[in-house]
Amino acid sequence: MTEMATNAQTVTPSAATDAVTTKMTARDVSVFYGAKQALKSVSIDVSRENVVAFIGPSGCGKSTFLRCLNRMNDTVASARVEGEIKLDGEDIYSAQMDVVQLRARVGMVFQKPNPFPKSIYENVAYGPRIHGLAKTRADMDNIVEGSLRRAGLWEEAKDRLQESGTAMSGGQQQRLCIARAIAVDPEVILMDEPCSALDPIATAKIEELIDDLRGKYAIVIVTHNMQQAARVSQKTAFFHLGTMVEYGDTSTIFTNPTEPRTKDYITGRYG
Amino acid sequence: MSLSVIFLIILGLGAVAFFAGRARGNLFDPAVGAAAGERPHSRPVYHGWYVALAAILPALLLLTAWSFMQPRLLDAGIVASMPAADQPKTQIDRDAIIDEVKGLASGELQDAFNPASKAAVPVYEAARQRLTLGALVAAVMIGLAGAGWAYTRLRPDFRARTRVERIVMGILIAASLIAVLTTFGIVLSLLFESLRFFKTVSPIEFLFGTQWSPQTAIRADQAGSSGAFGAVPLFWGTIFIGAIIAMAVAIPFGLMSAIWLTQYAPAKLRSVLKPLLEILAGVPTVVYGFFAALTVAPALRDFAFAVGIPGASSESALAAGLVMGVMIIPFVSSMADDSMAAVPQAMRDGSLAMGATPSETIKRVLVPAALPGIVGGVLLAVSRAIGETMIVVMAAGLAANMTANPFATVTTVTTQIVTLLTGDQEFDSPKTLSAFALGLVLFVVTLILNIVALRVVKKYREAYE
Ligand SMILES: Nc1ncnc2c1ncn2[C@@H]1O[C@H](COP(=O)(O)OP(=O)(O)OP(=O)(O)O)[C@@H](O)[C@H]1O
Ligand SMILES: [Mg+2]
Repeated sequence: MTEMATNAQTVTPSAATDAVTTKMTARDVSVFYGAKQALKSVSIDVSRENVVAFIGPSGCGKSTFLRCLNRMNDTVASARVEGEIKLDGEDIYSAQMDVVQLRARVGMVFQKPNPFPKSIYENVAYGPRIHGLAKTRADMDNIVEGSLRRAGLWEEAKDRLQESGTAMSGGQQQRLCIARAIAVDPEVILMDEPCSALDPIATAKIEELIDDLRGKYAIVIVTHNMQQAARVSQKTAFFHLGTMVEYGDTSTIFTNPTEPRTKDYITGRYG
Repeated sequence: MSLSVIFLIILGLGAVAFFAGRARGNLFDPAVGAAAGERPHSRPVYHGWYVALAAILPALLLLTAWSFMQPRLLDAGIVASMPAADQPKTQIDRDAIIDEVKGLASGELQDAFNPASKAAVPVYEAARQRLTLGALVAAVMIGLAGAGWAYTRLRPDFRARTRVERIVMGILIAASLIAVLTTFGIVLSLLFESLRFFKTVSPIEFLFGTQWSPQTAIRADQAGSSGAFGAVPLFWGTIFIGAIIAMAVAIPFGLMSAIWLTQYAPAKLRSVLKPLLEILAGVPTVVYGFFAALTVAPALRDFAFAVGIPGASSESALAAGLVMGVMIIPFVSSMADDSMAAVPQAMRDGSLAMGATPSETIKRVLVPAALPGIVGGVLLAVSRAIGETMIVVMAAGLAANMTANPFATVTTVTTQIVTLLTGDQEFDSPKTLSAFALGLVLFVVTLILNIVALRVVKKYREAYE
């Protein structure tokens, strides 16, 4: 439906700021684990055109916020979320929202590759099966091939689709997880430090992949690697001690941050 | 004075040796001793322990050997002291007289049946005192010699610590060997008695024959030809009750309870229910046996009669199997619980993040991932079930039937072993010996099951480490 916007999206990051279609909005989101507040009043917009990077020192709440966006925090008994998060204008924490559907629309890739102990084919087919996306075997084959292609894994995997996904290398596993996430054709993809367990070459592949996926999916990525944030994202949010200190164009954040704390962190003075 | 008093004396000797050794060790301290400036290899305590162990261990070994020998020497002494005319003719007479003498000596018996016994009492007492005194002297001498030898070896650079460590290790090895050797001995005796059995009954007939009636084989010449020792009906009964009926109960219920406990139950409830379930596993099996025999079996029989199932018995396979299944539920549940808990949380999150419901996640990811562990657990459960004795003795029958009717009566290997060996038996008839052959089969089968299960579980654990 937004094919045109996708095609038009070859402009530079800073210029893209105006012509965006907002996919998710978060307003004043606070998260508590029991009595302890982990996130304080964070507001942010996510769009297809701009990859958003979350950076910040360990324990500042990046993962916590990311997990609010597809309600994975529901699985943590002590977690409580306040504020408002909307997907296409729909409140995802409202009673009408079906978590299962939400998570099909907002996919997630984890820090450590976590393929299921099943074949490569079955790993990718997992989501479509659950959501009944394929009517026939041929449909499913198409979905699997398409997802693996988009994840840049098809050439490596096409001859070993029946082998176990856990037998692949770490980088391949992570791309398999990305393929698995895009197989259900989500609108948003959340990535929590997707490269932290990978070597530089595998990392470069994933970064390339993220760039390819931009425009089709709204992407949010948490990273500890400044260069990575600078390379793959158009927008960057800096978190510190549960607050979002600064949010803006990646180029601005990295060259000319407003907040001294951001500057300290980026120049490596702490964190 | 008895051997236990000598034991205490030796311990006392050890204590003295310890303090002596430690005192000597203290002198090696560079601040005090002559060898100032040089750091001793071991701390004084180790010198103490070294001397103490050198005093105690050889003396204890001697004492142990002595305590085995002394009764035999005494017995021989009693008999030898009697006039030739009174000497017992048979082994039984000999034992009777010896018991009488000992009873008189300890004051348990007031009067003796055999006049010769009374005369032997002072002889016995004297011999006992002499031997005990001998033990004391020998043990103390050896203890002193050991301590003295060890004491003279102590020097600042003497490696007392290393040696004590080595002795401690030796003691630990000896302790663990005892369990292993005992098991080994049991297996050997099982094997030996089975071989005696297989001299009269061929193994082929035993393993593949379908006729089991050991009672008819009282006359030895009948045993081989009658075909009465075909154990297949027993094996079938064991499998039917332990591996089929019991597992049909234990696997689904155990799995479901594990799934609910690990995935759905609130943490508080889980912390109460899980130990409770484990307590269930500690209920003595005889209690389950009561329940099976007195409650479940009659109810099932009445039900079978009411519905008109033929061949229903009040000692049905179903009653024993059902109750055994219930008994095994906690076992299966806790094995399944462990293996599902070992599946990384990341796997679960991955599935949930794809929009899978909790039950889809369990069905498609958790259980398949935990399957090897669960299978291993089930194999262990089967091996427990087929070796389980009390429930089947109380609730299963004695008739060796080959039937698939769960309301009919069947018998199991363990039940037969119990009936074959309880009561007055000759220990060399094929009937009695067949119990050892059955025991051997049971041992081999459960051993194989356990080995396979442990390997499966181990491989599975490695997959997630
Ligand atoms: N399940 C939980 N229960 C209680 N507290 C939690 C839980 N998860 C996270 N926290 C706390 O919330 C805070 C934010 O954690 P979060 O995982 O979001 O940090 P992060 O920015 O992702 O750090 P990192 O870079 O190390 O991944 C931390 O102080 C953490 O201790
Ligand atoms: Mg994190």
